[in-house]
Amino acid sequence: MLEYTEKVLEHFRNPRNVGKIEDADGVGKVGNPMCGDVMVIYIKVKDEKIVDCKFQTFGCAAAIATSSMVTELVKGKDINEALNITNKTVADALDGLPAIKYHCSLLAEQGIRAAIEDYRKKKGSDD
Amino acid sequence: MIYMDYNATTPTDERVLEEMLPYFSQEYGNPSSIYSLAQRARNAVEQARERVAKLLNADPREIIFTSGGTEADNFALKGVAYANQDKGKHIITSQIEHHAVLNACKFLEKQGFPVTYLPVDRWGVVDIEALEKSITPQTILISIMLANNEVGTIQPIKIIAEIAKKHGVYFHTDAVQGVGKIPVDVNDLGVDLLSLSAHKFYGPKGVGALYVRRGVRILPFINGGEQEKGRRAGTENVPGIVGLGKAAELAQREMEEEEKRVKKLRDKLEQKLVQKIPEIIVNGHPQKRLFNTLSICVKYVEGESMLMNLDKEGICASSGSACTSASLEPSHVLLAMGIPPEVAHGSLRFSLGKFNREADVEKVSEVLPPIVEELRRVSPFWEG
Repeated sequence: MLEYTEKVLEHFRNPRNVGKIEDADGVGKVGNPMCGDVMVIYIKVKDEKIVDCKFQTFGCAAAIATSSMVTELVKGKDINEALNITNKTVADALDGLPAIKYHCSLLAEQGIRAAIEDYRKKKGSDD
Repeated sequence: MIYMDYNATTPTDERVLEEMLPYFSQEYGNPSSIYSLAQRARNAVEQARERVAKLLNADPREIIFTSGGTEADNFALKGVAYANQDKGKHIITSQIEHHAVLNACKFLEKQGFPVTYLPVDRWGVVDIEALEKSITPQTILISIMLANNEVGTIQPIKIIAEIAKKHGVYFHTDAVQGVGKIPVDVNDLGVDLLSLSAHKFYGPKGVGALYVRRGVRILPFINGGEQEKGRRAGTENVPGIVGLGKAAELAQREMEEEEKRVKKLRDKLEQKLVQKIPEIIVNGHPQKRLFNTLSICVKYVEGESMLMNLDKEGICASSGSACTSASLEPSHVLLAMGIPPEVAHGSLRFSLGKFNREADVEKVSEVLPPIVEELRRVSPFWEG
């Protein structure tokens, strides 16, 4: 079995913010079922602030833990602040990831970016 | 702890260990030396050879000890390929072989030996028609595994051996998952070469053997001294070989009973999991399958995450999921059987053995359903 940190295991076994936001302002879907990882991030935005964030993930323990962590990290943040979150931010918040699970943290970063992009696109078309 | 990963490895039987122990520090002679201490070691090696030969219904002179199944596979493929390249260079194998065979074939391909990788059907059975069609005058070797390690499917070895014989092609079978579990008779099967490994049937790790039918042209794999009649040099792993011999003897005596007992447990586990977990697939052939192996694909969830949760409950199983390795590709066996990659990522393998009891089956079938349910709740593909 892989060497995961206590924090990874804790987030994997008790993931925060699981589920769908039905009336989400932005949805980011990243990954590929062929590769065994799919992450869907939902955000609710008010005054350019992420007021709610949820996720659904198909993947390994690291993929679930990074999803859970990234939703915690962006909740309550301004959109521009959230865009500063990198895969390293996520991995560090989990006290690190095994080298072969690096792509999971990358997926979390891409997921949140995709959700924000989707929000901006929708907002743009509303104006 | 509940251990259900006997296809990965088995604990060394106490009786095997007991027989091995003197050969570490008391009977430590080098079998190649001439004094009686050494001759006792030599006799122990030869007794082990007889026991292994008996298990396979072979002649002791046809057994060459190796460092394990992987070496036996490499020895068979490379040894036969290089010894027979004057006749031709074509090799036939299947897409579902163990990496010991697949990667030896890939190595040979780079050395100029063309290799055909035969497809399998949805049960994991090699396409016999494709096999016969792929034989050319250049074909020198066919290598098809006896039983698959991941899904347990047993191949029609006898039929393949007949085809090979008809075309004058050598036939090797990787029987690492079969020997010691089910009866394997090299003469009944008609194979020319066969690999086996001790630690898959309650022997020690680091020792195995290659059966080579008399008259088969094969080059030595490791060059050095005259051990194993010059075909596999290096001072013999005497304790290991003694252990392999004892394990072979025990297997021969006990396998029939063990098969009956373990098959019942495996069938019960299968029945319970299918009953309790919606949308799972049982992999491998429904009948022609190792009695101890249960491979399933749990849709909408990923294998490693299930294994992590099983481990927390003290249950050891395995997965063909990519996430247990560095590659992103799921099991090549399941993909070859036509299982979509996203489903293959959700594979779990339970392989049962000597120390499993009814209570273990009960526990696993109680623990797994809520694990799956929880992971499906997190999954974007599950519409529950």
